[in-house]
Amino acid sequence: MINNTDAVRLLDSKRNGAVIVPTMNAGNVRMGLPSVSTHDELDFPLSGCMGKASSVGLGLALAHPERKIMVLDGDGSLLMNLGTMVTVSNKAPDNLIHFLFDNGIYAVTGGQPVPGAGQADWKLLAEGAGYAATFSFDNLEDLTTSIDQVLAAKGPVFVHLVVEPEIDNTPVQFRAPARRTVHTAIKKLPEAIGRG
Amino acid sequence: MTVYESVLHPTSIVEELKKNKFTHVVWLPDSETNFMYQLLTNEPDLDLVPVCREGETMAIAAGLWVGGKKPVVLIQNTGIFESGDSIRGLALDVHQPLVMLIGYRGWSRHGLTNDSAARFIEHILHAWGITYFLIETDDDADRISLAAEEADRTQKPVAVLVGSEFGA
Repeated sequence: MINNTDAVRLLDSKRNGAVIVPTMNAGNVRMGLPSVSTHDELDFPLSGCMGKASSVGLGLALAHPERKIMVLDGDGSLLMNLGTMVTVSNKAPDNLIHFLFDNGIYAVTGGQPVPGAGQADWKLLAEGAGYAATFSFDNLEDLTTSIDQVLAAKGPVFVHLVVEPEIDNTPVQFRAPARRTVHTAIKKLPEAIGRG
Repeated sequence: MTVYESVLHPTSIVEELKKNKFTHVVWLPDSETNFMYQLLTNEPDLDLVPVCREGETMAIAAGLWVGGKKPVVLIQNTGIFESGDSIRGLALDVHQPLVMLIGYRGWSRHGLTNDSAARFIEHILHAWGITYFLIETDDDADRISLAAEEADRTQKPVAVLVGSEFGA
């Protein structure tokens, strides 16, 4: 399994100007992208968006075909919006990379298993939906050695990551506040990337 | 006796969309929009983004808007009910000036309707504080421009209820 923070640190180090749209554990203030981001002016954090990170990422990818858009999704999230895989594949933006952080649980509600945990084949689902390239990694070494190939592939690309289940069900009002929120991103991101 | 034709043609809608410089139509077709689909697929100024479920539309539109584009959503009122959390989180909360064209399934100005999709939709829009306009004929089509102005002015989503089926 891949440590959540190790995964986002690696992706941030390889972003090369990409906008990153993280949600749930991948966007967690303590262990997600906000804890390691070196270019948070290009981060578009979405929390509690009920599975719509990939949809927002698709819109950004269509608006800015010249720029990589990396969506860092959760398995519970993607299950809420499974049709997005077909929607994305149908529009086929070649600049969109859809990472799935598969920890098998609903981390923010106490660690209950998501439906199909350890059973649903995410890479196969992505292939069936029509993603142009699909990958799956269950250890950091393989992900590290392959990440350049992943990022060079013509999209839409789907990358399944088996990550460690880390529970963070601190009530919202007691969590550390995020330095960059969706409201900050909406205000500042257009300045950072220009109008598409 | 003069008989006036009271029909809403898809060309009237598309012309309004072009006039207001919308760039993308994020949509899920409903039974009333087949003629519209044929027009939109042949319209180079408008990029169609078909979705699998209506709740995707506001989220895709949010990404397009932040990316500098001007999307419009086109779905049926039944899809609005499905889209509740997207409208809350990715339109109202983030102040997205989004025009949503909504097929008004079940609407009748001639009496009561048995279709709950029609009975509930205006109540839902009121509950969210979403301003809406009704269009039924070509003469009403310029209310799409009003909706676009209102969305820009208030930085909020605005609905346009399409109360009649499109003519050919």
